[in-house]
Amino acid sequence: MGANGETVTVLKPQLKLILAAVIACMAMTAAPRVAMASGGGGLDEGGFVSDVLGGSHPLFEAVGFYLFGGLAAFSAIAICFTKDVVRMAIWLFATLGAVAILYFLLTAYFLGVIQIIVYAGGTLVLLIFGVMLTTKSPSMQFAVSKIGLAAGGVVSLLLFAALMGLVLGTDWQRGEPTGSIPVATLGRDLLTTYLVPFEVISVLLLVVMIGAAYLARQERE
Amino acid sequence: MLDLLKNQLLFSGLLIAVLMGAINLGVAYCTFYERKISAWIQNREGPNRVGFFGLFWGFHFWGYGQPMADGLKFLLKEEMIPDKADKPLYVMAPAISFIVSTIGIAVIPWGGYLDIDADGIVDVACQVANPDIGLLYVLGVGSLGVYGVVLGAWASNNKYSLFGGIRAAAQMLSYEIPLGLAILVVVLSCGEVRLENIVRAQIEGGGTWNVFVHPLAFFLLFVTQLAETNRAPFDMAESEQELVGGFHTEYGALKFALFFLSEYTHMIINSAFLCVLFLGGWHFPWIPGLGLEDTAWWAVLAKMAMLGTKIAGCVFVYMWIRWTLPRFRFDQLMRLAWKGLIPTGLGLVALAVVMTYFGIPGSESVWPKLIWGLGGNAAVLFMVVLVVGMSPAGVTGRQANMPPISLLSPAKRVPRADQGTAN
Repeated sequence: MGANGETVTVLKPQLKLILAAVIACMAMTAAPRVAMASGGGGLDEGGFVSDVLGGSHPLFEAVGFYLFGGLAAFSAIAICFTKDVVRMAIWLFATLGAVAILYFLLTAYFLGVIQIIVYAGGTLVLLIFGVMLTTKSPSMQFAVSKIGLAAGGVVSLLLFAALMGLVLGTDWQRGEPTGSIPVATLGRDLLTTYLVPFEVISVLLLVVMIGAAYLARQERE
Repeated sequence: MLDLLKNQLLFSGLLIAVLMGAINLGVAYCTFYERKISAWIQNREGPNRVGFFGLFWGFHFWGYGQPMADGLKFLLKEEMIPDKADKPLYVMAPAISFIVSTIGIAVIPWGGYLDIDADGIVDVACQVANPDIGLLYVLGVGSLGVYGVVLGAWASNNKYSLFGGIRAAAQMLSYEIPLGLAILVVVLSCGEVRLENIVRAQIEGGGTWNVFVHPLAFFLLFVTQLAETNRAPFDMAESEQELVGGFHTEYGALKFALFFLSEYTHMIINSAFLCVLFLGGWHFPWIPGLGLEDTAWWAVLAKMAMLGTKIAGCVFVYMWIRWTLPRFRFDQLMRLAWKGLIPTGLGLVALAVVMTYFGIPGSESVWPKLIWGLGGNAAVLFMVVLVVGMSPAGVTGRQANMPPISLLSPAKRVPRADQGTAN
């Protein structure tokens, strides 16, 4: 505790403000969904207690979705507004972790764990490690040029438009939940039916590695 | 009341409370035994003063009150944050470290299935969660363990801390590969990733503890877990003699205590994991009540006690190693991982694949497994030793500037060729 008491403040005021805004947004969007999920007939009817104890009540899913979906969105935005490299990595970690928890909520346990192992565990350790070794000062701040900002903005707008087009254009059908798929089935399918996409995706990691090596070389001159 | 316990969610909640209590108490006494064992190894007495408030006529209880005194000291010390530290990360780092090392308890099968009202129908699993991907969960959680160390090191804004953090990151990256390979051997030989079923595969029909089939993989996993917990001889991240305290140099009071707690919790969880994968979990032959069919409450308690005993044994070996072996130099550490453990692990995975191809893991008898496993392990070990023996010793780091080691007396050292002739 510092003598002037200033060091006690852990969260900066701006951060608190963003946090409050996100929580408010989440509460506003979540409230109707939660009310719908908990059923019109009050909490006592429809075997609410047994559903909750069985972990199968839709309330769980709704609350979990908005909590962790909100966290993922908030921390993804925070990456863009953070200038400090290590803090960026932490926000990225929060995003990836929240997405992994969303997979868990959808009973895609295998996918969730792989998300943690491959991205949150592997890529982020590489990122922190790379940043620490390649920059002169570990507290390097990122400054983005205007051209970079424009190009990034255009690309992300295009990507957003494409994704929204897909989401809105799909005919969503509500089916019965299938439960968790056994790991053995997944493994067999990955190495037979979906072998080509699987291999293509693994090239992505190779690209990440080449990129990291390139960046590290450039630093040294 | 008993009906309520039949619900897995409530039972898991109770189990979490019990386990957290047990593990925190265990951790407190681990610190005590660490000091006692180091004292025993170094012919000292160790802590032997603190009793319980002079209770029982001033009898000292062999110092068993020490952990309470330590805990109280950590609580009462001043909580301080360095002025130039990155404050949010500085505060978060010990918490991340502790959370990540604790959540591993969720998937450890502590005592098989439990039949609460003795009606012959199994009610709950004595496990907080029994997911299909238990083993991968442990692997994922383990890979996050380095975050607390790296973040704490970076946020302290201290160059010694940063060195510790970078070392920890490099070490973790290297040792995760042999860790994964060792685990892969178990997955291949059990054909399962659910931890409860891995224990089952080691007991049922012709099964035997994996350590007897794959002793090298057991050793590999143990060594990599030593590295993952940053325990000596892999405690490069701390190494007091060169880095003050490494990643926790700037930490004090309860934040330091959290780092400490997480190290010991990590040890306990890793030992539990090791026991489940290789030492048959809660099973022990020849003792009645530890079988798959024993689901009464007393049998489950006995199983938990059995696993607890095994964990205590593993933790003892951890401490024994810490006070016996000197620390590695960093290049030795890296060479061990990349040139020793990873090729060994690859050889073992190849062996497990061949065994699976010939259907050895599924056989009804123990003998083919033992013969194939031990024979294959001996072959892999032989090849590794042969390759290591044939390859020249690497000259790295400071060694390049040193005269070659001579078996003769120091006065008769042979000069290096590239430094010109002597005299």
